[in-house]
Amino acid sequence: MLHAPIALVNARLVDPVSGQEGRGGVLVSGGLIQDLGAGVTRDAVASDIRIVDCGGDVVSPGLIDMRVFVGEPGAEHRETIASASRAAAAGGVTTICVTPDTSPAIDDPAIVDFLMRRARDNAQVRVLPVAALTKGLKGREISEIGLLGEAGAVAFSNGRHSVRNAQVMRRAMTYARDFDALIMHVAQDEDLAGSGVMNAGELASRLGLTGIPREAEAIVLDRDMRLVAMTGGRYHAELISTSLSLDIMARAKQQGMRVSCGVSINNLTLNENDIGDYRTFLKLMPPLRHEDERLALVEGLASGVIDVIVSDHDGQDVEAKRVPFAEAEAGAVGLETLLAAGLRLVHADQVSLPILLRAMTSRPAEILGLPQGRLAIGAPADLIRFDPDEPFVVDPATLHTVCKNTPFDEARLQGRVKMTLVAGAPVHE
Amino acid sequence: MSIARQKPLFPHRHLLGIEGLSRPEIEHLLDMAEEAVEVSRQVEKKRSILRGRTQINLFFEASTRTQASFELAGKRLGADVMNMAVANSSVKKGETLIDTAVTLNAMRPDIIIVRHHCSGAVDLLAKKVGCSVVNAGDGSHEHPTQALLDALTIRRRKGRIEGLTVAICGDVAHSRVARSNLILLSALGARVRVVAPSTLLPTGIERMGVEVFRDMRAGIAGADIVMMLRLQRERMDGAYVPSLKEYARFHGLDDEKLRLAAPDALVMHPGPINRGVEISTSVADGPQSLINEQVEMGVAVRMAVLEALAQHLPNA
Repeated sequence: MLHAPIALVNARLVDPVSGQEGRGGVLVSGGLIQDLGAGVTRDAVASDIRIVDCGGDVVSPGLIDMRVFVGEPGAEHRETIASASRAAAAGGVTTICVTPDTSPAIDDPAIVDFLMRRARDNAQVRVLPVAALTKGLKGREISEIGLLGEAGAVAFSNGRHSVRNAQVMRRAMTYARDFDALIMHVAQDEDLAGSGVMNAGELASRLGLTGIPREAEAIVLDRDMRLVAMTGGRYHAELISTSLSLDIMARAKQQGMRVSCGVSINNLTLNENDIGDYRTFLKLMPPLRHEDERLALVEGLASGVIDVIVSDHDGQDVEAKRVPFAEAEAGAVGLETLLAAGLRLVHADQVSLPILLRAMTSRPAEILGLPQGRLAIGAPADLIRFDPDEPFVVDPATLHTVCKNTPFDEARLQGRVKMTLVAGAPVHE
Repeated sequence: MSIARQKPLFPHRHLLGIEGLSRPEIEHLLDMAEEAVEVSRQVEKKRSILRGRTQINLFFEASTRTQASFELAGKRLGADVMNMAVANSSVKKGETLIDTAVTLNAMRPDIIIVRHHCSGAVDLLAKKVGCSVVNAGDGSHEHPTQALLDALTIRRRKGRIEGLTVAICGDVAHSRVARSNLILLSALGARVRVVAPSTLLPTGIERMGVEVFRDMRAGIAGADIVMMLRLQRERMDGAYVPSLKEYARFHGLDDEKLRLAAPDALVMHPGPINRGVEISTSVADGPQSLINEQVEMGVAVRMAVLEALAQHLPNA
């Protein structure tokens, strides 16, 4: 069902592709952007069209979040498609890619089909399944990349674990290339990470917690880059967290390899000191690193080495977090705070608004081959309106997610989303 | 009239591979095989070229059709044929390949037919024996009589090999049939394509004088011959390809894909076939299939090879 036409007028339009900003409006009908720019004003729009006066708020493409855990099937107590979709809409996220580490894993075309039907019936935002790269995510056998892709899988990932066996990874990349399929991977050497629970370093030593060295990420990422060079596949490092990884990515990109990388909003805006008094909501994977690493990531975002920012939304139920730090599950919700947390970097003058938005809209769209994520006539009308300066305090009770474990608990943020459109239909106001 | 002995048309003592054979030598073997086809279609199939000679079939790898084919070929030429059941032999007790060769050599055979799971094993054995050796398949290296029988089958049906487009499809990486065929068919002037998922293509295949396709539809488009390879079961399950189902979908030959080949395209398979995996039943049993004809040509080609080698046996 296509929604009635809408005109967003008197807005500050931010185009992440060109980096241009300007006053104007967007006319939406038939699910697409029909017109945009300074010419779309209250007076210029036909009288029977609903007009939203944005009062100078930013209007940009809706966010595309490449890494969201939704507990369907198998962990509905942590998140459902419906709850994740409501949270996404409230956070201005109009497309979510759901991770394959469900139970059972998304390693069968029938499960992709199940998710797409569930999304069609329960989601207000676009839901794109990421399928398992290996069967059961066990890292041993290649999954049915061709059939899963035909069923609707948008990319292939091994969930929260790396593929440990380099021969399996090589064959997966080799096979995926035949379908030009995108492999997404979380790089972490499981042996080196061992039983680590936070960043290795002085703070971990002081807290008496086992550390995960930066090299655990770099070693696997470096291996993967060599395999990409060997096989010629398309590869996206899902979550990098260190300056070592930035160097590896920068080098691979210089060599013209078809690679990209993402960073969690948490690693971009928080550091290991935020763990403070063993706060389990700050237990994350990859772990929060030293402030120097965070600053390097911010620089990597500004320079374009980092392509994408994800929420790494991964709700954990209360019992999984109300335990000693070492025993707590890693992961945090993030859909509703993604934009506002990212705006911290803009307010600190570390990156510009278009660069921040590019990493949350047009770059993910380019990597995934999606038509949305840009402000252009004919593009899907997935749009958000927000005032980047409007302050608010994160109140877990108001979150739409099933779980409330946000690392921004009680944090003062700026930039609440006032309106979200998906295919021209308002899904949040 | 010259009394000087003519240079033989097939000057080799062994047949270890297609590599190293000249085009006239290959064509000579195919011409001889044509005669053997006629012999095999008569009621009286027995010839005496190998009378008194001993042929040992030494198969280190299980085989039904190739071993039977060599056995029949030898018997039709009058040889005494012995099949070595390697599974029960001293090889299983730890004897090395060279010791086995030396032992067999002491029994004074005239021809040994060898299949071995290791590439290069037949060459090694040939160096240690005094008789003629025929490679019946060594690892992923060569299977020369299969390539010859495929060529004979094509030549009889199409009247030529020169200029034909032949698409070899499937597990090229592990296939000795593919290697021998691409050498032979290229030598005889065919345009050879290989079609497989990247995981089943050997490294550097682009530099072996063939056109490489990862998409089967593109790979068999307009082909005169579609030659399917067997996919070993152990390679189907996630190691090289995700599953039987996915392989059949993207790389299995069915009626729909076959329609993309030339209208008079012919389908071949070295057997044994995995019905519903690399080839659908309707194609395997259909009018374009040459699979059974290949088996008949197999005996003829092996008779021709044995006869050609017999010229070099002592006291021949």
